Amino acid sequence: MIVPFAHVLLFAALLFVMGLGCALARRNLIMILIGVEIMLNAAAVALVGGSAHWRQVDGQVFVVFLMAMTSAEVAISLAMVVYLRRRRGTLEADKFDGMHG
Amino acid sequence: MLASALFYLLAAATVAATLLCITRTNPVHAVIYLVHAFFDLALIFYLLGAPLVAAWEMIIYAGAIMVLFLFIIMMLELAPGGKPLEVDRQRWIPVLLLSLVTLGCTVVLIIQDPSAAASGAAYHASPREFGTALFDRYALGVQVVSFQLLFAAVGAYYVGKGEPRRRGGPSS
Repeated sequence: MIVPFAHVLLFAALLFVMGLGCALARRNLIMILIGVEIMLNAAAVALVGGSAHWRQVDGQVFVVFLMAMTSAEVAISLAMVVYLRRRRGTLEADKFDGMHG
Repeated sequence: MLASALFYLLAAATVAATLLCITRTNPVHAVIYLVHAFFDLALIFYLLGAPLVAAWEMIIYAGAIMVLFLFIIMMLELAPGGKPLEVDRQRWIPVLLLSLVTLGCTVVLIIQDPSAAASGAAYHASPREFGTALFDRYALGVQVVSFQLLFAAVGAYYVGKGEPRRRGGPSS
């Protein structure tokens, strides 16, 4: 391990908090999705750091699963972005507050 | 020693690029800064002994997912346009600094590989070990993830298909 495990976790936590702040503070749907991406990358950093700390390859395998999950999530959510833009003409998250059954 | 210095430098560059990303008003600039953060993150993964994860970070995250974001932003014309491009010195400073850090760290890694030099101390997952773990111990997980990707593709097609045209009715 080249650096203490706590420093890797601190770095991952910093990235996660920045992603959370972006997802909570920004009101554009694209920027919310970018915040989710940053949070998932922070999780990947923590997994790879754990893999290096315990000298097991499992953490890296889980990063691969995480990447596949991210691909699926991004595909669906960007399709939803295109759909909402066509239907409502806006991407401001505050505008989507009504349910029309 | 060299590896830990590179780690802290790259971590600082990643945090700076992410901070710049989440404060941009133009989504195109945000995505480009995030791609830069992913480049630094890939180097960090390599330093932590995960070369395959580093390669996939570049290929899947920076190469596929972020470019998909760019395509959607440009397709929906979300970026504020119309203004002429002006030469802004202030805007170039963070870009130049981050690029120089990434380039310097890459050159140092190419010239003197710390993970290879200290192979006894640092953990380094070989592709054989990785592939055995992925397709032997976690074979069921691979199947589940492949199903998930198939469902995501079908769902994205269904959502993005648009309005079904009514048969015989007036086209709206």
